[in-house]
Amino acid sequence: MKLDQKRRVFLKGSVAATSVGFAVGAGLLTPSAVLAAWNKSAFEAKAVDKAIGGALGNPTTSPSDKISIKAPDIAENGAVVPVSIKADLDGVTEIALLVEKNANPLSAIFHLPKGTLPDVSTRVKMGKTGDVIAVVKANGKLYSARKSVKVTIGGCGG
Amino acid sequence: MSLSRREFLRLMGLAGAAGLLPTSAFAAARKPSDLYEIPAFGNVTLLHMTDCHAQLNPIYFREPSVNLGIGAAKGRPPHLVGKHFLQYYGIEPGSIEAHAFTYLDYVELARKYGKVGGFAHLATLVKRLRAERGDGKTLLLDGGDTWQGSGTAFWTRGKDMVGACNLLGVDVMTGHWEFTYLEKEVIANIQEFKGEFVAQNVSVNEDALFDYAFADFEGFDEDSGLAFKPYTIKIVGGMKVAVIGQAFPYTPIANPRRFIPDWTFGIKDEHMQATVNQVRESEEPDLVVVLSHNGMDVDLKMASRVSGIDVIFGGHTHDGVPKPVVVSNKGGKTLVTNAGSNGKFLAVMDLEVSKGRLKDYRYRLVPVFANLLPADPEMQAYIDKVRAPYKDKLEQKLAVADELLYRRGNFNGTFDQVICDALREVKDAQISLSPGFRWGTTVLPGQEITLDNVMDQTCITYPETYRREMTGKDIKDILEDVCDNLFNPDPYYQQGGDMVRVGGMDYVCNPTEKMGRRISNMTLDDGTPVEANKKYVVAGWATVNSQAPGRPIWEVVSEYLERQGTVKIKKLNTPRLVGVKGNPGLGS
Repeated sequence: MKLDQKRRVFLKGSVAATSVGFAVGAGLLTPSAVLAAWNKSAFEAKAVDKAIGGALGNPTTSPSDKISIKAPDIAENGAVVPVSIKADLDGVTEIALLVEKNANPLSAIFHLPKGTLPDVSTRVKMGKTGDVIAVVKANGKLYSARKSVKVTIGGCGG
Repeated sequence: MSLSRREFLRLMGLAGAAGLLPTSAFAAARKPSDLYEIPAFGNVTLLHMTDCHAQLNPIYFREPSVNLGIGAAKGRPPHLVGKHFLQYYGIEPGSIEAHAFTYLDYVELARKYGKVGGFAHLATLVKRLRAERGDGKTLLLDGGDTWQGSGTAFWTRGKDMVGACNLLGVDVMTGHWEFTYLEKEVIANIQEFKGEFVAQNVSVNEDALFDYAFADFEGFDEDSGLAFKPYTIKIVGGMKVAVIGQAFPYTPIANPRRFIPDWTFGIKDEHMQATVNQVRESEEPDLVVVLSHNGMDVDLKMASRVSGIDVIFGGHTHDGVPKPVVVSNKGGKTLVTNAGSNGKFLAVMDLEVSKGRLKDYRYRLVPVFANLLPADPEMQAYIDKVRAPYKDKLEQKLAVADELLYRRGNFNGTFDQVICDALREVKDAQISLSPGFRWGTTVLPGQEITLDNVMDQTCITYPETYRREMTGKDIKDILEDVCDNLFNPDPYYQQGGDMVRVGGMDYVCNPTEKMGRRISNMTLDDGTPVEANKKYVVAGWATVNSQAPGRPIWEVVSEYLERQGTVKIKKLNTPRLVGVKGNPGLGS
């Protein structure tokens, strides 16, 4: 992100670009309103590979350094951890965001219409320290990256 | 033995004549007659103080005997204590510098050299250096943790320190404990502060941005979302110096988020790089420095990842480091310093800067000995004035120390033990917990303990105490969590405090293990094992997530001290350490 980019414009941009995925992930739409788009088995899966398989059709992914995950090293509030995923890949159609240690790891699926920049942001709930995982579908192939986010009880600062 | 300034100088002169003075690089760098004769060098002088924790008056402050470095940090600055420290920096044992930088022979040397710090004494030193260097050739930087740490700072909501810093002539500051007042108080204090407050890593969070209460505050930038100015440009010695601020990244985690709900923090080293690049391109500065409250280990990592910074002036971890650490990165080299705490040191960096380039430098971390620097009358009058309404209360004698009372160190200090014992006794608990802050001044054996001392150790804006039941597992989880904040091998996951202090309980700690496996063998004072599923009555204070119900900790400690009369530690609940034998961060 450019340093002086207007934050509000940036926010609007990310909502427009990823409307369905962002709105679901952020809880802005009620489940009934998006029932058609709700991938029940994937979002209710308890294992990471089942969730990825359910969301994107295949649990096997290749690690990629073309995906960058922006998230705090230590979360300020585990209930709302800001996460951004950016992929420097062509032909991205979907981005899935998972929280490894959550009871239901899949947090969001972003469906990207053709020509959309693969750069999405949302907030996730994290119960405890663990990885956030990004899985990107590009030209039909699955790529992944992970970043550790610490959730701490806090206190005792210098 | 206590020496007056005149006696001290006379003895130093005699020692010099008799060839008794050490021949270390330190001693050689100065004339024996005056610790504060610092030869001028270059064209820009940056003075740096940090983490004074509102200590307006001279105090005693014992440096740690345990400051362990784990993983890559093992044996590297700042994780050196005692004789390891002296050897590394070539400092003569028993010298005034050895006393300033280490805990060795602490009581004896503290009696000999006297108290350290105090704003009136610091002001004399700053004025002297400014006069020697000449008009417009110096800049005074304050790394923060300035508005908290004393009774007067607490009762004036940091305003006594804003006034003291204005009088001292602080040019630029950043913060951490500053953010433990309410948002509106922080903003009001910054508006009263005559210097500039900078922080590139504090944003207004997205929810708050839509109806931000401080939209008119001049440091706020709606376009970037930054709550404060990220940097400032100063002309020093004719050179253009950019000072970028880095506030403590984990403020809303280590301290209550409820006081500052609109602001979000973080290390944000990508934003730091973007800021450095932007400053270098648009401002064309001759020197780029960062005024940081990251803590030294975080600064060292950040210096390896971000390029284009000439010097990071660091604080937070209270490390008195005599020489900058040179860190290589893809853009060149960055110097990283840390300047101690409690007003004990002033860092003096003289730099030779030519068009857009740092060519050479000299650095001294100068201890401020109150006996060697006369009090500045103007500052002393100010301090007397701000203390006047509280003086009688603060100087009230509560007990006498039968032994040395201090806090600083990775595990329980003796003053922590007093606090833990007070919590257990006054609140009738089996186990007590007390935060591992790195501030808190020292009391010598035989000295009277006043409310000033108690406030130095305890006064925070969330001082309420609690008494509640916890299972053995709950207690272990707390110890493991805090221990990981201290010993995680990746500094970006550390918060920069010391280990939580415990009373009524012992344990074994292996700092080199992973989280969840560092703490074992928890036992009560009588040797009974602490069981995971059994409930224990625990007392503590300084809860971060919600306000505790009990009275402030200083009332509990004061009551205990008055009951005791003479304070002696019966048992120090410091853990048995495993896996760190021979670590140079471990004293004897």
